[in-house]
Amino acid sequence: MANEQVSLRQRTFGQTLRPDAWWVQPVVVFLGLSAFVIYSTWAAFQGAHYHFGPYLSPFYSPEIFGDSPHSLFGPKPGWWPGWLPFSPALLILWAPGGFRLTCYYYRGAYYKAFWSDPPACAVGEPRQRYLGENRFPLIMQNIHRYFLFLALIFIALLTHDVWKAMWFADPATGKTTFGIGLGTIVLAVNVCLLSGYTFGCHSLRHLLGGGKDEISKAPACAQAYRCVSCLNRRHMLWAWTSLVAVGFADLYVRLCSMGIWTDWRIL
Amino acid sequence: MPDYPTHEHDVLIIGSGGAGLRAAIEASAAAVKVGLVCKCLLGKAHTVMAEGGIAAALANVDERDGWQVHFADTMRGGQYVNNWRMAELHAKEAPARVRELEAWGALFDRTPDGRILQRNFGGHKYPRLAHVGDRTGLEMIRTLQDHGVHLGIDVHMEVAIVELLKDGDRVVGALGYDRERGQFKIFHAKAVVLATGGIGKSYKITSNSWDCTGDGHALAYHAGAELLDMEYVQFHPTGMVWPPSVCGMLVTEGVRGEGGILTNKDGKRFMFDSIPDNYKAQTADNEEEGWRYTQGDRNARRPAELLTRDHVARCIVREIKEGRGTPHGGVWLDISWIKKRIPNAAEHIKRKLPSMYHQFKQLGDVDITREPMEVGPTTHYIMGGVRVNADTQMSCVPGLFAAGECAAGINGANRLGGNSLSDLLVFGKRAGEHAAKFAKESKAGQISAAQIEEGARSALEPFDRNVSAGQFEGPYQVQYDLQEMMQREVGIVRRQDEMERALEGLAKLWERARRVGVTGHRQFNPGWHTALDLRSLLTVSEAVTRAAIERKESRGAHFREDFPDKDATFGKTSLILRKGPDGAMQLRREPLPALPDHLKKVIEEMK
Amino acid sequence: MSTATFKIWRGDATGGNFVDYTAQVSEGMVVLDALHQIQATQANDLACRWNCKAGKCGSCSAEVNGMPKLTCMTRMSQLPLDKPVTIEPMKAFPLVKDLVTDVSWNFAVKKKIKPFKPRAPDAPDGSWRMAQADVDRVQEFRKCIECFLCQDVCHVLREHHKHDEFIGPRFLVYVAALEMHPLDTEDRRADLKQAHGIGLCNITKCCTKVCPENITITDNAIIPLKERVVDGFYDPLRWLLNSAKKTLKR
Repeated sequence: MANEQVSLRQRTFGQTLRPDAWWVQPVVVFLGLSAFVIYSTWAAFQGAHYHFGPYLSPFYSPEIFGDSPHSLFGPKPGWWPGWLPFSPALLILWAPGGFRLTCYYYRGAYYKAFWSDPPACAVGEPRQRYLGENRFPLIMQNIHRYFLFLALIFIALLTHDVWKAMWFADPATGKTTFGIGLGTIVLAVNVCLLSGYTFGCHSLRHLLGGGKDEISKAPACAQAYRCVSCLNRRHMLWAWTSLVAVGFADLYVRLCSMGIWTDWRIL
Repeated sequence: MPDYPTHEHDVLIIGSGGAGLRAAIEASAAAVKVGLVCKCLLGKAHTVMAEGGIAAALANVDERDGWQVHFADTMRGGQYVNNWRMAELHAKEAPARVRELEAWGALFDRTPDGRILQRNFGGHKYPRLAHVGDRTGLEMIRTLQDHGVHLGIDVHMEVAIVELLKDGDRVVGALGYDRERGQFKIFHAKAVVLATGGIGKSYKITSNSWDCTGDGHALAYHAGAELLDMEYVQFHPTGMVWPPSVCGMLVTEGVRGEGGILTNKDGKRFMFDSIPDNYKAQTADNEEEGWRYTQGDRNARRPAELLTRDHVARCIVREIKEGRGTPHGGVWLDISWIKKRIPNAAEHIKRKLPSMYHQFKQLGDVDITREPMEVGPTTHYIMGGVRVNADTQMSCVPGLFAAGECAAGINGANRLGGNSLSDLLVFGKRAGEHAAKFAKESKAGQISAAQIEEGARSALEPFDRNVSAGQFEGPYQVQYDLQEMMQREVGIVRRQDEMERALEGLAKLWERARRVGVTGHRQFNPGWHTALDLRSLLTVSEAVTRAAIERKESRGAHFREDFPDKDATFGKTSLILRKGPDGAMQLRREPLPALPDHLKKVIEEMK
Repeated sequence: MSTATFKIWRGDATGGNFVDYTAQVSEGMVVLDALHQIQATQANDLACRWNCKAGKCGSCSAEVNGMPKLTCMTRMSQLPLDKPVTIEPMKAFPLVKDLVTDVSWNFAVKKKIKPFKPRAPDAPDGSWRMAQADVDRVQEFRKCIECFLCQDVCHVLREHHKHDEFIGPRFLVYVAALEMHPLDTEDRRADLKQAHGIGLCNITKCCTKVCPENITITDNAIIPLKERVVDGFYDPLRWLLNSAKKTLKR
């Protein structure tokens, strides 16, 4: 075996002999993620039309401070600095946002689509320098599991929102009765998809049993590990469907609240 | 002395498959300096292709198993012409060798109570093969490789040996060339272990890799060692036959072990019609019992499909010859039928035979969980090889050892599936151990410059011949014609006149090989490599043909149409080939060593 | 029978170019068959590695139409034959000649990884007891045939040449097989973080895509290893807990 090192050359950006449309996937991811980020940022800054009847937009849940009946601690606190824009969403969105930002699937996807690092498999890159996830800020990706813990709390809260979305107040009497509207379904589907995404998390898979070498010696862990692994196999699918669902749930509540859509009461 | 890079080792091991690696590990454990030469990259040797498992009487699945049963099975399978001492050592030492692999990190499939799981295989009375799905060979070679790289073994990758170097009678080194750079290399060693594997590339349809060109057989022969049992070439009953690109590719016996059945074009399970007398007592007489056997019923006897390889291969050839074959000239091997017997059959098949599923799906467009496979015999293994001492693995040339497929003795006239991997481990270890011992007791030998110069000159000759001028021919055509001829004339079913024709053909091919020219330069030149391989291929082909002509009986893998029965005299005779003083191949008969009484008793008890 | 045209890289470390060849295509043929045909009839000295031609040894790695593939498992029928099929050597390793690259770096890397260290045997005969479920996970990694296609496609090696800082997907799989081995007692997490450079992997999953053995390299090997490294070095709570435990022990 020869040991003489022959220098390897770097290919130029986009250089490849792949004849297929390798650029389609990164472009789709770029457009999809950009659209979501733009919409969610816009929606988060609105601070209005985020609740309708018993429904609360998932972008605004939990509502720590705010004007809606869903607010936990009343309206915007007096000490909130005037120069800082306020919206109930801004108080909480960093948590699910951070969960997705540090998610192993999204990381791979946006490194490719936004940084072209690489643009696609076996395709040349624009930059020579590469640090990976070894330095700040990307080394912070390693705290993914803490965002997971928060995301799990959000699943509980959003599930509670679905429960609340089943109790409609009679405008005349003020009495609440059980019911199901299309909005209830939208919120419920959202929670299901978010759960599929959150419970298939790579970190959760590790914490529940993947970290053990002999999982079979802890049967409960083994079962949990199997379940998480099962969801994890389709993590990308869950990531996208839940992303669309959460955006749509906000849009649904928003348009109902604005009177553009009418909520259809099923039960 | 020519100015080639020189490497000094106490023990030089040629071949990096299971036997070579095991020998290297053992030799370095004895604290001698070990060199390991591989013709390919490390970990790519033909051992990776082994699928079924390692036969060892661990008695994890059936406690009735033991070395005596394994010994008796091996002797029966080999038609009692095996070297009894090797068969005995093999049966006794295999379990320890398998456990050792586990201590080095191998992960075999498990029994429900967590021990090494064992599976059924042709000719083995009890479930005996420790396995990892159907990629046991890969697990074994990787375990040995990963263990070995931390022991300070010098690995010379992509180096082919062209000649063994001698000092008087003794082997003291080897001359090779680095395939990547085309540079010659000299290896000094006090002992040399050959572990070069088989000769499958002498045949057109083979399950063997390109590098199974019989190099060890040829090197030993030219260095004065004796070759034994060369007439016994095993044709594996089930190789792929379609598409042509993959013809010969192995279909593991594990398919039949898991319940796969062989049928002809009429849908008949033809194996049940022809159960040989010496296996009648152990073989199921109905399909139901055979199925129960594959499902682990300990009171059932094995189905006829799991008879020894030589027999199954011949039955398949008979079906095809008599017009009952499949469209592409094979028979059907069906595992998908088990869906009638067990739930989730498709999943079960994919789990038990993953690489078979993959292989047929990807290369043959056949889904084995739904359709039968088309299979036919393929050249698989040579029982014959370098004649060695059973305990030390040393040949009659001092300092020259051989282990694994290139050594002869353990398998007799037919090898049982699974015995090859355990053979590599048991005798690889012994060869390494005794080579190290020999090296410690010996002084370094002298290598003459003339010998090296001559070796290098003859290796470079093909470059001096200008192919484009038309007087010379390329190496590939000669190799192809040799494979074609061996397949046709010295195949599964042999006849005197055909084999004599082959002998004449070989003389002509030798002539053509001497006129082979190559283009290009020495750096990684496959044309040149093929030209050099021809010398080994022709030597082993000639040995096979001469021995096959001489043995005028049918026994095990050697089947003569003109002498279809066993012959008692030949049954007590070994055929030994050696290079004569005139350079011609000499053949002599020698009586087989008699079986000692205590082993005779073992065989009697196991009948 | 139809014909196909090929553009095959011919040359060595000093330079080279694509040369056009044609080959007859028959049923079931793979790219390696075409290479052999070209070798036997048109270019005797065309260098390519191969051994088993059954997808089990991992020798015949090359790039077919720009993607790393085993040439013995790439069917001609899967390729568009209206245009020439390009075949180049792997890009992450120095070129030797034609389709042969110098992959010795991989063997050197393996030597640096801490070897298997089993716990004491479970039974007096020196054997161990393991559950199939635990063995299954590691067996997936041990399917690896060391074709180095994952190393070739990994941009950390292919584009950024971090051969000195990063061991590549193949050896992360190898470390995963050791770390998750039910019997192994060695701790390789510090090595993973430092010497093995696991932080350089940015989860492109290209390695998983090209693996001919269908090993789920990223999800089952690399990410779980990253999580184990987090356990050891980046998880503040675990760090506090471990320090507290140590102090208490003292």
